Amino acid sequence: MKPAGSMVLQARDLRVEVANGAAIIEDVAFELRAGEILGLVGESGSGKTTTARALFGHYERGLSLRSGEVSVAGRQLTTPESFRQARGQLISYVPQNPGTSLNPSLRIVAAIGDMLRAHPAAGTAAPGHDAVAQASAALLGRVGLPGEEEFGRRYPHQLSGGQQQRVCIAIALSCDPAVVVLDEPTTGLDVVTQDRIMRELVRLRDERGVAMLYITHDLAVVGQIASRIAVMYAGRIVEEGSAEQILSAPRHPYTRGLVASTPDHLQPRILEAMGGIAAGVGERPPGCAFAPRCRQRVDHCDTELPTLAEAAPGHSVRCFEWPSTPVLDWTSAEFPAKQDGPAGKAVLEVEHLSAGYRSRAGRHLVVRDVSFAVDEGACVALVGESGSGKTTIARAIAGLHPPSDGRILVGGQPLAGQAQRRTVDERRRIAIVFQNPAEALNPRHTVLSSVARPGRILRGLGRAEADAEARRLLTAVRLPARIAGRYPGELSGGERQRVAIARALIGQPDVLVCDEITSALDVSVQAVVLELLHELRRQLGISIVFITHDLGVVATVAERVLILESGSICEEGTVAEVLGAPHHEYTRRLLDAAPSLITTIKAWQMVR
Amino acid sequence: MLLGVVVLIALLGPAFAPDPSTAILGTPGHGPAGGAPLGLDFIGRDVFSRLLDGGRSTLLMGGSATVLIYLAGIAVGLTAGYVQSLADPLLMRAVDVVLSFPALLVMLLFVTAFGGGSVVLVGAAALVLFPGVARIVRTATTEVMTRNYVEAAISWGERGFAIMRREVLPNIIAPIVADLGIRFSWAIILIASVNYLGLGLRPPTADWGLMISENRAIISSNPLSVLAPAAVLALLVIAVNLVGDAYVRHFGRSGDDR
Amino acid sequence: MAISDASTATLAPGQEQSAAPKGRYPVLRFLVGRVSAALLTLLIASMLIFLATNVLPGNAAVVVLGRNARLAQVHKLEAELGLNHSELQRYATWLGQMAHGNFGKSAVAVAEGRTDSAISSTLASPLSDSGILAGLTALLLIPLTLALGTLAGLRAGRRVDHAISVPALVAGGLPEFVTGTALIFVFFTVLKLLPAVALLSPGQSPFSDIKALVLPVLTLLAVAVGAGVRQVRAGMIEVLQQDFILFARLNGIPERKVILQYALRNALAPSVQIIAQNLQYLVGGIIIVESVFTYPGIGTYLVQAVTSRDVTEVQAAAMILATFYVAINIAADLIVIFLVPKLRTGLL
Repeated sequence: MKPAGSMVLQARDLRVEVANGAAIIEDVAFELRAGEILGLVGESGSGKTTTARALFGHYERGLSLRSGEVSVAGRQLTTPESFRQARGQLISYVPQNPGTSLNPSLRIVAAIGDMLRAHPAAGTAAPGHDAVAQASAALLGRVGLPGEEEFGRRYPHQLSGGQQQRVCIAIALSCDPAVVVLDEPTTGLDVVTQDRIMRELVRLRDERGVAMLYITHDLAVVGQIASRIAVMYAGRIVEEGSAEQILSAPRHPYTRGLVASTPDHLQPRILEAMGGIAAGVGERPPGCAFAPRCRQRVDHCDTELPTLAEAAPGHSVRCFEWPSTPVLDWTSAEFPAKQDGPAGKAVLEVEHLSAGYRSRAGRHLVVRDVSFAVDEGACVALVGESGSGKTTIARAIAGLHPPSDGRILVGGQPLAGQAQRRTVDERRRIAIVFQNPAEALNPRHTVLSSVARPGRILRGLGRAEADAEARRLLTAVRLPARIAGRYPGELSGGERQRVAIARALIGQPDVLVCDEITSALDVSVQAVVLELLHELRRQLGISIVFITHDLGVVATVAERVLILESGSICEEGTVAEVLGAPHHEYTRRLLDAAPSLITTIKAWQMVR
Repeated sequence: MLLGVVVLIALLGPAFAPDPSTAILGTPGHGPAGGAPLGLDFIGRDVFSRLLDGGRSTLLMGGSATVLIYLAGIAVGLTAGYVQSLADPLLMRAVDVVLSFPALLVMLLFVTAFGGGSVVLVGAAALVLFPGVARIVRTATTEVMTRNYVEAAISWGERGFAIMRREVLPNIIAPIVADLGIRFSWAIILIASVNYLGLGLRPPTADWGLMISENRAIISSNPLSVLAPAAVLALLVIAVNLVGDAYVRHFGRSGDDR
Repeated sequence: MAISDASTATLAPGQEQSAAPKGRYPVLRFLVGRVSAALLTLLIASMLIFLATNVLPGNAAVVVLGRNARLAQVHKLEAELGLNHSELQRYATWLGQMAHGNFGKSAVAVAEGRTDSAISSTLASPLSDSGILAGLTALLLIPLTLALGTLAGLRAGRRVDHAISVPALVAGGLPEFVTGTALIFVFFTVLKLLPAVALLSPGQSPFSDIKALVLPVLTLLAVAVGAGVRQVRAGMIEVLQQDFILFARLNGIPERKVILQYALRNALAPSVQIIAQNLQYLVGGIIIVESVFTYPGIGTYLVQAVTSRDVTEVQAAAMILATFYVAINIAADLIVIFLVPKLRTGLL
């Protein structure tokens, strides 16, 4: 451990409310020392972004600060004016979406120049043109970008996503602030870029001693970078401690659930899912907000609010029953021996598949000569970054994107390229579930009618039969019966994805194509969906094509894996082979960059 | 509310008109008097009676034009958005061509070609205004077509008509209805403008647009003969616009209850 | 009334633009592409105009001369107007003449045996008078629309916004002849300040009677500014919600700079397109406003031609208005390209 630096950020008792007085965040407090990186972890709706903005005295429309104190670099920020002076100078911000966060009509140097002119170093005049050019070249160099004049003269749209984020970081660092707040800075980037940027951040922290508040939903990421972690749930900090304490010995049942829900490519295992969903703003119970989902709930959890109590030195937990939180030891847990299924016959075969788009510039192939087979009851994962063609393969199998070359066979029978040209039985045998829960279901149909409809078409069921079957399947995906009459707008993302799975199952398909079905979901919800898939495979013996960019998820669901690089398969094998001993250079790069909790935890254990 | 009152005046007005709208009662341009609360017009007819009578043609023509606009707009927009391959560029280029003329100019060309009858006016207004609806419908359709629930429906083999009716139409209703008010008011105004220019409906028909231009010469002696039809027309248009605006603010532009 | 479905595709800030042409001289290529598309539109326009003016039952000569005309008279006029040729031939001749700036002869004038029948000469003065009216309006329209719209957008939801937006909604939605009539009532009938008509004697410059121009310009402004303000306001509000505004604010860029360089700068391109729609509106709007104030411009000319069924005059006036309409479109597209770096650098 490095010697602790001076205190640079203190937030106390922050409470931000909506107009009717319901709290978005309450009783939020933390401290940050120079050279420290604090990870602020939470799922969607936990209030982490509201917390970040509150440090700048900025609140979304309709929100206001009810109480709280913020001091940065020893300066108490109270008035809007004091916040305004601190912004950029003492505390700066790195956004989640670099692509839309840079002014599209400003060249990079001009954007950095705006910062330098807005906060001239004490006692000096605003820097002139040459000074700005020099300073921005230095800044760009510092974040690992070329410092040449040509580069600085580019516009944001001429940069890649990773470069855009580096520019944002350069802007945030341009006035040497004491604290940088990073709000999910790598969420939209692919793993290799994410890994590089995180290394860059650690280096900047070491060189400049700048303190960082790193906001993320991803425990594996935060484990790699943060020295301390605070976990937020329903607007409150529920646990705080050193990264090691939080990740290897979580004491709050929610934190423990999060860690257990986080998949890891080096530790294939069945995830332990938490039931339920987080209560929304204004619906939170008077007691502990996690109580409704908690397995170790006792009577007064519902009525009394636990305070943050010290569980160990520097480790505090907001739970009455924290001593009874089971110790988490999944580092030694092994994946239950995979049923090496009776080397079954192939249900789905893809032979020399090529597919692309036609544009004015000509034909552009996004999938080139891809072949693979899925055996009865097996799960094959297709892994690739964005643009690798993995979604196009899924759509081609489902008959939504006619291949330009190659064949797709189901049960040995070649399929037509378009779904409309396939027979009812061929369509019945393949079902697809998509990525985006927001548009998975027609907002104008009830859950029941959405699920029942394909049953009537694919299996010729009557209305009553189809409805009964739909209700049965809703139970099978563990949704309560009352959900049948609801509209998608009333459901959470995880619930919608489960309805979409139920809808896909009503045709009794042989193959379920899952296109990134969990990537838009929170980790804890993802765990629930993945667990459900396991269950369905066990019960129905269904085969799955699972498409994802997340190697950790691959390790949890699949037996075989195909790695896609710009439209072609570059490596293929069992999960253990490919993830354990990769041959291809690209696979190795992906694996090296993929954040892994287990690696972090093992590294700590070694040190000890 | 406001809209309701104006519509009521226009629809039921003729029944309550004290005098026949074409009867000449006295001195042209005479101010308000006992039997004629709004005075007399440029040839001595009762302005009040003509006002009550004139709304019907305005509303009926505007209304039927709006119906045509939406029928044509939805048909063309849906087809273009759904078929995409060949029909889309063809239909949309045609729409672009119509939109690259001033609306009133097209109206006048129509009047030149076919005369100023009410059928011509309604048809011309529909032709000028339907491309806007077609565009909105097309944009909404292409957007909905890429939604996962539509793709899912295609993958389980839903037929084209069922996709339009079950999956697409219910989800594009909101943006379509959102500017119904504006289209309606544009149709009313376009037709009223041609009437105002004296190129549409022929005198002695009572029509608000026509009344304003007929009575311009006597604006000093009986201002009400001009201001009253101008005011009801203005009220109608504003009311229609406000209703549309309120709808948008209430339900937003998109039909998703997300 | 300003109808704003105009054919310029509104470009939302941050919105992806379709692939721009690449290669050598891309701006030139883009320009050539746009101009040829515009010429095609105009060609179609000419066909439609020709068609519209030739579908009349009977032919133009009969219409102009009236039903009771003697056959010899009709034949003479037919020969003079070239009506004895096939329609295709007549269309080709008409198109060829127009390319040289010759719009042919007025059917009515020829029928009446007048000598001043060349449309090019009778159209010159209305055209310049209309130009003055539209030009004056545009001069006031552009800054007013931008300033009021931006102000309302920046202060959205506050009192200033309501003070601008509500009147804009009303003014932009009203028919020109209602607004014009109301203005006449107030400024002429009641206040006796300004004339109700803007009649000019032949050859008289509109500037010699500035007072007469006030009401027509005001009427056009009310409608065009009303419609434009609402759109500029909406564009401004959209820009203010963009991520880069938040990023700049949180990092302490002074608010004045955020508004000027971040918000206004990026709201400019969509605003240019709104202004273009406004100017296009003027092309149609003057037809009715000129008629309200009996101003001797091209609108009045067109309406008279339609009334007297002077086919050739209608063709000429319609063609000129359509050309202006299309030209404004191209100009706006070009300006937008130079305002948006993403489009510009995609081209260069």
